[in-house]
Amino acid sequence: MKLAKLGRIIVPALLLGGLSGCGNVEPWVKPYERDRLADPIMALDGDPVSSAFLKHVYEAREGARGGEGAAGGGCGCN
Amino acid sequence: MPDPRPRRGILLTALALLAGPGSVLASVLPDERADILYHRYEGGGVLIDGPSLLVRKQVGNSLSVVGNYYLDMVSSASIDVVTTASPYTEERTQWSVGMDYLRGNTTMSANYVSSVESDFDATTYSLSVSQDMFGDLTTLTLSYAYGDDIVGRADDPEFRRDNRRQHYGIGLTQILTKNLITSLNIETITDEGFLNNPYRSVRYADASSPIGYSYEPELYPNTRTSNAVGFRARYFLPYRAALEGEYRYFTDTWEIESHTMAVTYVHPVGPWTFSAKYRYHDQVGAAFFRDLFSRSQATNFRGRDKELSDLTSSTVQLKLSYDFIRDADGWGFLKKGRVTVALGMLGVDYHEFRDLTTGAPVGEEPLYTLDADIIQVFFSFWY
Repeated sequence: MKLAKLGRIIVPALLLGGLSGCGNVEPWVKPYERDRLADPIMALDGDPVSSAFLKHVYEAREGARGGEGAAGGGCGCN
Repeated sequence: MPDPRPRRGILLTALALLAGPGSVLASVLPDERADILYHRYEGGGVLIDGPSLLVRKQVGNSLSVVGNYYLDMVSSASIDVVTTASPYTEERTQWSVGMDYLRGNTTMSANYVSSVESDFDATTYSLSVSQDMFGDLTTLTLSYAYGDDIVGRADDPEFRRDNRRQHYGIGLTQILTKNLITSLNIETITDEGFLNNPYRSVRYADASSPIGYSYEPELYPNTRTSNAVGFRARYFLPYRAALEGEYRYFTDTWEIESHTMAVTYVHPVGPWTFSAKYRYHDQVGAAFFRDLFSRSQATNFRGRDKELSDLTSSTVQLKLSYDFIRDADGWGFLKKGRVTVALGMLGVDYHEFRDLTTGAPVGEEPLYTLDADIIQVFFSFWY
């Protein structure tokens, strides 16, 4: 019983702590540590006009589609 | 005879989504740049080439607009065409416009894409929202697109069929360390309408035919739902070079299942940047694909499009860029200028689709293979 009571206090406290933590996550890669990520060679889609063409080439010749698009280059370093 | 690909509409939608804010992290608008590209695909009796022009410009501090013009000039005597139809030439013109609006850590995007050819029109509208979180280490993107296609036939002005497509995407870009950026994308696409190609046929065994088989029109299901999950990771090596790995798993209600993998290495030296990429794709084909049906109307749905066959494809791409205007010494309003040449060598081995041009006994023809060269030359300017 004591354990159940303790749980009723501890679990919400942990949840609350966890959620409040979400709003204040300390970035583990500091802005001044992002020079390598900001290098153009690290762009996930450095040439959008070219990648759009190649995507077209593959999707016209294979049965698969999607799953490549939504995320892309950049690192929030600017 | 023209040979449109109804799946082009899907490509347009994907392009519309690509043009959205997912292409950059949400708290920064995309670079202001212009690209002019010449593309050429040649292989398997098909030559497709043409230009593409993309211009992106910022308006004020929080709005970026983008426009793209793309042209495919097609000259086709592909294996499908030479066995069941006549070689043809065709043009496809595509326009797109879009905008990204930045507010705080959120970017909202809207795009419109239109593709027109003589017997196929596709229109796509897309919306997406990106949110930058956790000190700019994480970007979450939600996207939706709606596409409308009209399928026609060059030899029948009365022929008109419709398709509707909807795309639902969720993407997560995550910086894991000061050397590593990753992304995860999940995309569901639904189609409803006329999904097969109005020109293409399937072949079936026919003892009454002198060649041992005959043709009848293909017939696809009217619906298709696909799911794809893609993961990418790009790593900054101990010296100035980058290594990227990609993987995608795909499955759909036509029972196509595939695995796609790629590795890219990028190495800059002064104003030059060299990259090499190897891509591998392996798929199990659609349940209703047969190279040779046992008889006419043997199954409810029938297809012989080689893209729906079991197949394995691999591509080697080499790319070289030269920065002729560098950040330090811009030309007037131009901050940077680059020219890029890329050569891709694509090989596809079909595991079910056979080459009927050889005259071998029915059902014993050699499996078809495709080799193609993919050339791109483009100039990019940042301003």
